[in-house]
Amino acid sequence: MNISVSSLERRINHGICGEGPIATEEYFINMGPQHPSTHGVLRLLLKLDGETVREVIPVLGYIHRGIEKMGEKAGYRQFVHLSDRIDYLSSLMNNWAVSMVIEKAANIELNDRIQTVRTILAELQRIQSHQLWWGVLGMDLGAFTPFLYGFRDREKLSDVLEKTIGARLTMNYIQPGGLMFDIDSDFVKDVKLFMDYFKPKLAEYETLVSENIIIKERLRGIGVLDAKSAVSLGTTGPVLRASGVMYDLRKSEPYGMYAKTAFEVPVGQSGDSLDRYLVRIVEMRQSLRIVEQLIDNIPDGKYFVMKPAVKIKPPEGAYYSHVETARGILGVFMVSDGKGSKPYRIHLRTPNFNNLWAVTAIAPGWRIADLVAIVSSLDLVVPDIDR
Amino acid sequence: MDASELISTVTTIRPGISQREKCNRPSVVIESVNLLDIMWSLQSREDLGFDMLLSHTAVDWIDEGWFELVYLLYSTKHGHYLMVSTFIPRESPVIATVSPIWKIAEWQEREVYDMFGVLYEDHPDLRRIFLDDDWEGFPLRKDYKDDFMLERPE
Amino acid sequence: MDKIINWARSNSLWPLTFGTSCCAIEVMMAAGASRHDLARFGAEVARPSPRQADLLVVAGTIVKKMAPRLKMLYEQMCEPKYVIATGSCAISGGPFMYHSYTTVRGADEIIPVDVYVPGCPPRPEGFFYGLLMLQKLIREGETVRKPRMRKKPVLAALPPGLTLSQIQEEIRMELETVTKRGLFGGRI
Repeated sequence: MNISVSSLERRINHGICGEGPIATEEYFINMGPQHPSTHGVLRLLLKLDGETVREVIPVLGYIHRGIEKMGEKAGYRQFVHLSDRIDYLSSLMNNWAVSMVIEKAANIELNDRIQTVRTILAELQRIQSHQLWWGVLGMDLGAFTPFLYGFRDREKLSDVLEKTIGARLTMNYIQPGGLMFDIDSDFVKDVKLFMDYFKPKLAEYETLVSENIIIKERLRGIGVLDAKSAVSLGTTGPVLRASGVMYDLRKSEPYGMYAKTAFEVPVGQSGDSLDRYLVRIVEMRQSLRIVEQLIDNIPDGKYFVMKPAVKIKPPEGAYYSHVETARGILGVFMVSDGKGSKPYRIHLRTPNFNNLWAVTAIAPGWRIADLVAIVSSLDLVVPDIDR
Repeated sequence: MDASELISTVTTIRPGISQREKCNRPSVVIESVNLLDIMWSLQSREDLGFDMLLSHTAVDWIDEGWFELVYLLYSTKHGHYLMVSTFIPRESPVIATVSPIWKIAEWQEREVYDMFGVLYEDHPDLRRIFLDDDWEGFPLRKDYKDDFMLERPE
Repeated sequence: MDKIINWARSNSLWPLTFGTSCCAIEVMMAAGASRHDLARFGAEVARPSPRQADLLVVAGTIVKKMAPRLKMLYEQMCEPKYVIATGSCAISGGPFMYHSYTTVRGADEIIPVDVYVPGCPPRPEGFFYGLLMLQKLIREGETVRKPRMRKKPVLAALPPGLTLSQIQEEIRMELETVTKRGLFGGRI
């Protein structure tokens, strides 16, 4: 009789010719345009070796609506409402970018009231955008509570903005020449109430998520983007500042009322996901500080400096101006041919385009769950990439 | 450096660089054959140090028959901006790629190819980025005809 | 028996997480969050997989590249399935209807739609109105399979003392005043 006792390892290797370990090969998996944790319709092709990501290939174009071509047929004023819809979480700042380039081109001078109100609204919008980012980051990492907390506070801010502006998401309020309507009489009181409400909540956010050991371990050291790659990839905003490069338009080329307010800009050290997270939390605090300094001293004046029916006709030439939105630098490049009230060419330099391609540089080597944390910490809004 | 000093320094790099008029930022025009050499000098020289390519786009001047390619550069060390334009003929739009210098140029140039049809020499991966691979035509050209697009009735 | 089944179906619609652009924030995320709570209508369980969902909420612009994926998602859902088109982009192309070379003018060019919720983006309360109308449709046992064809007009319940002709009269008068004095009362 021939009896021999086998083992599990021998049983597995039995079906495979040769004596070596199990053969593996790399394969492509599609993280498709409809997926619960990509922020919009972003398709990522992942080249996987087991569960480790070897290469990430983003495929774009699932929300490409041709806004730049539409800008050539729409007039200068009509382009402002289209700019709302590219990065809809910072729509007031997008409006400001387009209005700024038209005002610089046509030499329209603004008064202090308009600049102060624009600055306050931009900072409130920054807080609102970061609230949503914080909620979605928690949700992506598996925790549903930050999502509910973030939205609860975001709704309070949406109420304040809605009383003045009329809309919750696509604002279309900052126009070339001023504002669409004057601010509400309750605006100052409401903003102060919101700030008193939100300051302890921000401390609560820190205790809930920033001090949480699971979130910290899932973000620390993951997806390190060093300063040289970050600059070569053209990333801007919190992603660049977390890698150690200090580049913030509010400090280097102040516009609006930023030159007259005192605030700090956080800069990270190592460029990992935890730094990107902490930079945004500190930015929220500094935005509250800016609003505090400006909200009591809104000067009087007109809210729209020209006659409303005037057709804007910038002289011939190429113009470029940019603002610092919640995600990076939004630049508007406009070429006008001097005749007519439509731009000859208008191009938007969007922050998320550059931030997206950083994924190809920092994701290889990490697992799929880390990839989700990396994409969430980069804070992408996909219609901004595709325009 | 401020604007006039920057322009005077840049125009001395090579002959054939001139200032572009009618622009609200310091801007120069260069010849398309010298593009790669000038871009390497702009990036590597200590006093200029343009290490970030903020944006790259194109303008279709159909009446004159040129594409104008615009590169917007920024230096994180010195904090100054420069806009570099170059003109290439519309019938044969070929130009060198700057992706060895700045990594993001690879995808910015894919976008310009997709929208205008500008071809880049030695590009590592030249294919469409926003539209389907089998899309015909280049949408942002001024003579782009499309049956699908709806015109607004006046 | 049908009545009980329809009542059960209408009160436990499971939406599919499908949001392409701005409407996704308002209609899907804000409606599911703490202030406007989608869970009280039974629609809390938002499934990412189309095999497990029965309500497709089209929130956002549909472009030509995304259209075949939308059709594939719709076909993968099991019967009975319902579709709500929210936002003006999903109804008719929205702000991108003219001069855009990729935007599909309305989700109903691709899949049959049961309820349309207008707005840009619609408020979460507006979306709930559409959801309640869909629940009423289901309870009455009728949904639309062919776009733009309906057996009889269906309204969600009007408050007492108000009739449809009153609402139509009000809308007509508002349109007249707006065309006479211009938008924004001549301020812009």
